[in-house]
Amino acid sequence: MLKIKDLQVKLAEEDKVILKGLDLEVAAGAVHAIMGPNGSGKSTLSYVLAGRDGYQVTEGSATLDGADLLAMEPEERAAAGLFLAFQYPVEIPGVGNMTFLRTALNAQRKARGQAEVGAGDFLKLVRDKARALKIDAEMLKRPVNVGFSGGEKKRNEILQMAVLEPSMCILDETDSGLDVDAMRLVADGVNALRDAGRGFLVITHYQRLLDHIRPDVVHIMADGRIVKTGGPELALEVEKNGYTDILAEVA
Amino acid sequence: MAREGQAAAGRALAGPAAAEAALAAWPAPKAGFTAAARAEAEARLRVAGLPGRRDEYWRFTDPAPLLTPEPAASAPLRVDRPIFEGFDKLRLVFVDGVFDAAASDDPALAGVEIARLAEAGAADIHWARGLYGVLEAAGQSPVARPFAALNTARAADGLLIRVSGVAPRPLHISYRQSDPGSEAMLHHCIRLEPGAEMTLIETGTAAARANLVMEVDLGEGARLHHIRPQGRAHGRRVISHLFARLGAAARLKSFTLSMNGAFTRNEAVIDIAGDHAVAHVAGATLGDGADGRFVHDDTVFVSHGAVGCESRQVFKKVLKNGATGVFQGKILVRPGAQKTDGYQISQALLLDEDSQFLAKPELEIYADDVKCSHGSTTGAIDETALFYLRSRGVTRAQAVSLLVLSFLADAIAEIEDAALAAEVVARLEDWLARREA
Repeated sequence: MLKIKDLQVKLAEEDKVILKGLDLEVAAGAVHAIMGPNGSGKSTLSYVLAGRDGYQVTEGSATLDGADLLAMEPEERAAAGLFLAFQYPVEIPGVGNMTFLRTALNAQRKARGQAEVGAGDFLKLVRDKARALKIDAEMLKRPVNVGFSGGEKKRNEILQMAVLEPSMCILDETDSGLDVDAMRLVADGVNALRDAGRGFLVITHYQRLLDHIRPDVVHIMADGRIVKTGGPELALEVEKNGYTDILAEVA
Repeated sequence: MAREGQAAAGRALAGPAAAEAALAAWPAPKAGFTAAARAEAEARLRVAGLPGRRDEYWRFTDPAPLLTPEPAASAPLRVDRPIFEGFDKLRLVFVDGVFDAAASDDPALAGVEIARLAEAGAADIHWARGLYGVLEAAGQSPVARPFAALNTARAADGLLIRVSGVAPRPLHISYRQSDPGSEAMLHHCIRLEPGAEMTLIETGTAAARANLVMEVDLGEGARLHHIRPQGRAHGRRVISHLFARLGAAARLKSFTLSMNGAFTRNEAVIDIAGDHAVAHVAGATLGDGADGRFVHDDTVFVSHGAVGCESRQVFKKVLKNGATGVFQGKILVRPGAQKTDGYQISQALLLDEDSQFLAKPELEIYADDVKCSHGSTTGAIDETALFYLRSRGVTRAQAVSLLVLSFLADAIAEIEDAALAAEVVARLEDWLARREA
């Protein structure tokens, strides 16, 4: 599904190298977690994969089901099945959540040569998905993320994911700023989407989220590279001993 | 060099000589009750002259398109489905500046008295005598508004509307242009008696070049909701003046939507004369210089002369391809107008580096217990929001459209009626969609 080979990335505006040869492969149906200290390049990886401006790929490749992600515009990546749940979802005053979601879904369907979803069907689709995430009708009517609490914003990200049904989901610190109950809701939403055809890359600082979203593989990232890969037990090790021991061990 | 040449031409046209020329070009209508007002306006105009680029309130907007002897030709735009078409309202139609009775509804609306200036103007006694040219004259100070004086002196047609109850349906003044070289001068007088309410809609292009004046007098507790989508004809040139006087606890909400048009200057002069009155003036503008020259100017003067009143000015402009936006807005709080709540915001979203926005916000306050604020911003599309939308699969063009609507939302929120607001948003969406490609 997602294949990243020797990915090297610098900031476009300055000579600062952030990713220094990153290799990662996520198979369909698998949940991978990436942990790592601040500044290791985790969020940059998610932005580069989603196509945000401001980064320059100097070496390496990233493909989704064989298609070259790095050659595509952000919206083409989305239509190809990539989804990034933002660490800080953006507020868009004056644009209703439903309008936004429907525009997004139909733009993707159009790009894939599928028929657009009509207003009635769409409403039913969103209501069903929203119910599971305890998102009420009022929240759907409000402008995108405006006045939403931290938990509501993250639930809204998961709702978008549920409606758009991407094949490869990247969650960038989705647990940050969430209380225990909100984290459980978000995790339940993610778990409901787990299936054999869908890959997940969960970026997090803490093991806590991984209690709820059980990863198949855990990677430790430091200084722009994956430095260690293991099973769920690796996350427990981080939780117990911090990153220092692991980094010392691989250095 | 070309720029200097234009300036020289502008100067040659401006001033008292231009005023004489304009007065000579427009025949004096047969004047009954309006005679005195017309004579006074003529005198005012002779003193003030027509403005040139050097006049302080015309520094940002060259009035030259209004000063040429003949209007530049403007092709009438064929609109397949006029805005608000499906709404239940009483429609009164002007074609190239002349009332068209055949195209209009029967002007019978409970509690609303409607007359044509062209007919009633010849009468010696009329309720509008106390209004015609009166608010316009008062609005000439502290800043002269010569085009409005010209209008008072020469306008031959318009509507005289008196509302004494709650109008059961909106009144719709529909402007149409059929002649590419037409010129219109219309003067409306609207009085809402104490407690009266009405929604007034103005739509369409009045002519290739139009000079429109509306005087609005709101009695105690009266409410006027004014919505004005200005015609979309690309070449049209218009100067409009809205003069309003608010009695105690009266409420005025005026919203203007401008898409297209080579030249637009909308002046609003609001005199808040009664305690606890509320006046909101708002505008949303979309300008694309690729369709031809685009200059859009909102010049607003709100005067607080009573206690506990609220005013809002909310103006948003989206500009691209060399479009120019101007905002000149002033809040004057007169001595004794305590507990005034005045607010003014003007913002431009520039979609490229060729467009420009010029803003002159002013506050002048002579009372010590007031709350007044103003702000003006010019910005580009928020790249983070753009990326967020695109990361969900929305195309770049669609994402820009959504962010434009987002930007305009505060101005559109000034439309009180949800259905009318939804129709305005739909028109904005259509305009944006046509340009997405």
